Amino acid sequence: MKDRFQYLFGSTKGLILVAIAMIGIVTAIWGMLSGPMAEMGVRDVVIKLLGMDIVQAEREGRIIILYHSIAMAIIAIETYMVTGLLKMKPFFKTAINAIITVGYILTMIFGMGFAYFGHNWAFHGLYIFGLSLIFFAGVLLCIALWPWNKEYYVTDKDYAHTKSGLDLERTAFFATAVTTVISALFGAIPGSYFGNGFEVFLAENVIRLPEKTVLEYSVIGHLHIMLALIGIMITLIIGRWLNFKGNWHKVAMPLMILGTLVLNLGVWGVVTPLEPIAHMIIYVGATPSMFAALLLLIWDWNKLIQDGTAHLQKPSFGQKIAALVRDPLKFGPTWQMLFMNFTTSGIGIFMAIRLEEIFRIWPAREERIELTGHWHVLSAIIATIILLYFGDMNGFKGKLRQWYGWSIIVLSDIAFGAVTIFEMKRLFITEAEQQPLVNGLMYAIDFGLGMLLVILAILLVYRLTDLFKKKGRWTDELDHELAQEVNQ
Amino acid sequence: MKRINFASSLRGGRSSRRSNPLADGRLLRRSLRSLLATTVVVLLAACAPVDLAAPIPTFDTGMDPNAWAQVPAGEFYFGQNEDIESTEAYEIMVTDVTVAQYVEFLNQAFADGHVKVDGDQVVGFYPGDEFHGVKHEIEINAGDWIFVPLNDPASRFTFVRADGAAFVAKTGWENHPMTNVTWFGAWGYCEYNESSLPTKIQWEKAARGTDARPFPWGWEIARENANFYASRDPFEDMSSFGSRTSPVGFYNGDAYDGFQTANSASPYGLYDMAGDVWQWIGDVTEGFSDRFMRGGSKDTYDMDLRVWVRNSAPPMYYSPGVGFRCVR
Repeated sequence: MKDRFQYLFGSTKGLILVAIAMIGIVTAIWGMLSGPMAEMGVRDVVIKLLGMDIVQAEREGRIIILYHSIAMAIIAIETYMVTGLLKMKPFFKTAINAIITVGYILTMIFGMGFAYFGHNWAFHGLYIFGLSLIFFAGVLLCIALWPWNKEYYVTDKDYAHTKSGLDLERTAFFATAVTTVISALFGAIPGSYFGNGFEVFLAENVIRLPEKTVLEYSVIGHLHIMLALIGIMITLIIGRWLNFKGNWHKVAMPLMILGTLVLNLGVWGVVTPLEPIAHMIIYVGATPSMFAALLLLIWDWNKLIQDGTAHLQKPSFGQKIAALVRDPLKFGPTWQMLFMNFTTSGIGIFMAIRLEEIFRIWPAREERIELTGHWHVLSAIIATIILLYFGDMNGFKGKLRQWYGWSIIVLSDIAFGAVTIFEMKRLFITEAEQQPLVNGLMYAIDFGLGMLLVILAILLVYRLTDLFKKKGRWTDELDHELAQEVNQ
Repeated sequence: MKRINFASSLRGGRSSRRSNPLADGRLLRRSLRSLLATTVVVLLAACAPVDLAAPIPTFDTGMDPNAWAQVPAGEFYFGQNEDIESTEAYEIMVTDVTVAQYVEFLNQAFADGHVKVDGDQVVGFYPGDEFHGVKHEIEINAGDWIFVPLNDPASRFTFVRADGAAFVAKTGWENHPMTNVTWFGAWGYCEYNESSLPTKIQWEKAARGTDARPFPWGWEIARENANFYASRDPFEDMSSFGSRTSPVGFYNGDAYDGFQTANSASPYGLYDMAGDVWQWIGDVTEGFSDRFMRGGSKDTYDMDLRVWVRNSAPPMYYSPGVGFRCVR
């Protein structure tokens, strides 16, 4: 029992497994409270069965706590990956992992308890305490990642570094961690203000109002930048796992640092006199970040092709493609990043360009569909990238690796593609004629996401049964660190 | 077209040995291809045309669409955060303006020149808004603006250039709320009838009364209360045309062909203040050309039927899910 506890809460892979399981449980249960489960009557059954106390006036507050509960577990997973992949003092690694674990579990259990099961204010206090612990763990992570510590300087010419040896990849991790901690404050301060007055709002509901308060801008900025930073961090993590290096790396890392800093300055700028040009600064910051991710993609695909065709003298185009897609767990994360451009970034840019001609002609509720759709897809794409990496951590090989990887990629992309068509449907179909299309898209979305959850459930059941074995996989993972599994 | 065998390509040639389809990935590729093909077929099937002229069940709800309700002066809770606001006494229509009422208005206004037909739309004069040049603000100048479109298949009236009545309600839709009407068209109707569109304060007080309830009838919502998305009312068919409007005052506690409704009047006796159609609000906001709507509709989830939820659109927008009522 002690060994299993040590695995689940003392090893990187165990901690990631626990966090994924927690998110899976929350997603499975709370996913039944919204469409299409709501109109099928499942929501009412779940509410009664679990004894939830749903007050109509408090929907926005409940949802904000739900988002935070899931997001904190994702932040924890990324933190485990960072502490598992990068060099740092063992004390920091242990302290950060322990604090953030207690933090997100408190946040999730007591936050959801407060939001959905009556308002026990002790629960709310523990929810806030959990968030505070995560913030503290973030501060410790920044200290642990301090890139100007000579111990972490690099001399290997394959990796981006300054003349003095400053590791630019570590600096990118550091910049992302520091700006994440600051951006958390960017939400916490107005959150405290609104929370004390018991006022809540969802950003997508106020987006069109011409007058917004500084604190409302701050909340809107907070949610955008936090998701962007989670995206940037997972890109850096995937790069480290795949052992991103070479000339592409040397170009990408300075861009990643620059992009992260400028992006944050733009977002923070919405509450300063820079507000009128804040969006321009954000675009300027997003461009190098996305370009750096593109460089990772090019490098990764090139490497997959080279590795897969090394035994061939003059590989044909088909052979190159076959090599590229041979390993879905290595190909998938960067493919999902590319796919994101069709479902998230592309939509956002298109909306920005055609805002006056199209989107502001539609009613606000239509615009809200685009807004909520595009960030739900972005969040879910990040989740699939984590699941693909997690599949590799589980040591899947052969057929299992192929089925697991391709199922995640194809099922999620069907769902995300359908969401994208759903968001943009008013471009090509009227309200009066849309229902059959909406039904078809809903089938695709629900099938894709539903099957993804089934795959996750199978994986978690497998890992649960493994825990009952004396010499299960968990014993191998107990002392195995992510850094040992970085591509060579 | 020559097909590429990826697996054998990777091995550098065609494999001669007999292989297990599962082992060499053929089953996976077949499954993925089948999945993608099925998705495409489902989406293509989803593009089937919708019969917008499908017959609608007709029910007499016993409501008088010309009835008005008294709202007394005084304070009330406004918005989700329950700010205190107050109003003078006013009257508001018990139900939304019906197709029959709006057609009558069009005929009268067309005859006396208040509205005219311009191409494929009915237009009328609007005195314009003050323009402030704020970001995203649309300039609304004095002039003729669209009241309702003509020849839109989703409209519930027809236009025939004949002697007498030029505008005729489609059969069965007479007592349904007037939809496919722009804010200008709603404003024009109320002005013509010596009334006005409600302000957000007037609308919310009429819907909510003086307590903090989220719905006009109380604190919770059920399918028997209102017409909302997938509320399984007799007018919807989610496999075809989806939600359609219900006659005004439908949710009055009566049973219609076995469909039992709950009496869902607001504290002042108004019906359909939640669901069925969004209702245009009269406020013109400085620097913001959109007009607000309240009440949710047949196309929205129950959360959007809460009295404080708002929607907005430019005043020339029209939809099968947007109607209005007047105050005086």
